[in-house]
Amino acid sequence: MNDQSTRLSIEKFSLYYGRTKALEDITMEIPERQVTAIIGPSGCGKSTLLRSINRMNDLIDEVRVEGSIKLDGEDIYQRDIDVVALRRKVGMVFQRPNPFPKSIYENVAFGVRMGENHVMKSRIEEVVERSLKEAAIWDEVKDRLHRSAMELSGGQQQRICIARALAVEPEVVLMDEPASALDPLATAKIEELIFRLKEKYTIVIVTHNMQQAARVSDRTAFIMLGRLVEYDRTSKIFTSPANKLTEEYITGRFG
Amino acid sequence: MTRLSQRFKRLENIKIGLTGVAVLLILAIMVVLLGTIFIGGSKVITWEFLSQSPRQGMTAGGIFPAIFGMVFSMFIMLIAVVPVGVLAAVYLHEYAKWDHWFTRMVRTAVTNLAGVPSIVFGLFGLGFFIQFIGRGLDHSLGREMLFGQPCILWASLTLALLNLPLVIVATEEALRAVPQAERAGALALGATKWQTVRHVVLPQALPGILTGTVLTIARGAGEVAPIMFTGAAYYLPYLPKAPTDQFMTLGYHIFVMSTQSPDVETTIPIAMGATMVLLCLTVALNMVAVVIRFRTRRALHKGR
Repeated sequence: MNDQSTRLSIEKFSLYYGRTKALEDITMEIPERQVTAIIGPSGCGKSTLLRSINRMNDLIDEVRVEGSIKLDGEDIYQRDIDVVALRRKVGMVFQRPNPFPKSIYENVAFGVRMGENHVMKSRIEEVVERSLKEAAIWDEVKDRLHRSAMELSGGQQQRICIARALAVEPEVVLMDEPASALDPLATAKIEELIFRLKEKYTIVIVTHNMQQAARVSDRTAFIMLGRLVEYDRTSKIFTSPANKLTEEYITGRFG
Repeated sequence: MTRLSQRFKRLENIKIGLTGVAVLLILAIMVVLLGTIFIGGSKVITWEFLSQSPRQGMTAGGIFPAIFGMVFSMFIMLIAVVPVGVLAAVYLHEYAKWDHWFTRMVRTAVTNLAGVPSIVFGLFGLGFFIQFIGRGLDHSLGREMLFGQPCILWASLTLALLNLPLVIVATEEALRAVPQAERAGALALGATKWQTVRHVVLPQALPGILTGTVLTIARGAGEVAPIMFTGAAYYLPYLPKAPTDQFMTLGYHIFVMSTQSPDVETTIPIAMGATMVLLCLTVALNMVAVVIRFRTRRALHKGR
């Protein structure tokens, strides 16, 4: 973490669902404008960790955390933090495309409309166009912005969801297995997109697909049973992992 | 072995036969009921019947005041029950913690409220709305007998109370049908909880809420017990002008005609006609509910 400034730092972070410990003592620094992948077997807590970064775990009753997650030096689990403002800074793309049953235009405009009062129409138009271009889907939908987003294919819907997240100009974008419900071609498009988005955004992606982690990420964290086993440059993790467990996992001996 | 299986088979056939008999019985009741009303009612229904007042002690004339009063009271009932019911359901489903003791208590209260006999609502309306609130209002306003008497307002509010569980349950059902992923999507974009409810959840729940509302009217229009002490009148020579007037309404009118008439022979056809109008209205409202559900759902799917 020497060549890049740190945007997010997770320090001694533990999370409990009721009495069950889902994450234990995780410490890692996530560098700015890079792609950080979180890999690990199903149920290891990788999605939980991701959802801790924009406090989506708050939606579940009986979640308790210890330690801290700092965004630009500020602990997001402080008592007086504005969770709504936090989520505008830390966007999220979900496993299954979840566009609203509204038009493409309204989907992308949603975050802006919710965040500001009386937004100028011209500004919304500008944001919608910029976001759709950033999400590499403008050319496919520019002639039907006012048609329902539900008519699009799964891959297109997912890129609409990415555009929707980018529209509020977040600093960090969290992606929870964004391509797991998509076919290979759509997956390739999403990966290409992730690669370009890191010029502007800090990206954290959870994936169960190790090739995907190897292709798109700069850093990789391997989590097992709620513990961070190894965290390093992706090239290092995939060529000469320090931990035996990591090696066994990436070579497919379990998982 | 064969005798045993034959016995099984016979038993089986008897059981299947019983279910068939039950279905036939229901069908027969339906046919007799609707047939009688239709044959008796269709003869008297004319434009005059629908647009005129009863005459000669209700042995002649039409049922217009009853239709008018019914529409009036349904209107007030909806204004009262829809906002309260929908907001209560939104609180229960979107805000309240699922297994908190308070939520469970409210939910139990709603379920029990739905099981209370309607005559109890009528008596409650008389005691609470008229005697307590109405008299209290009159007293503090220095009026004599304005609110402290049976009238459309109190009858409609009693009906609203009766229908409150229906609206709450229908709304909750509609809210439950909205995918959790869309709530998460909105929240992750930095929408507040209320914005999420207002802009993502409620628009999708609207068809269900509207359906519930229309069914509320269909049920409210036919109720007699809750309104007989709280505002419905036996006979009025004029139409109600304000919510503090008494009113005639279809269900009560039918009840009165069939039990209190001085000349049963001449009133029965009129009562049949009124019943048929009420039935047609209820069926029509149910159909409206189906159409609303269908159309809004399709519109929602296309996006707006």
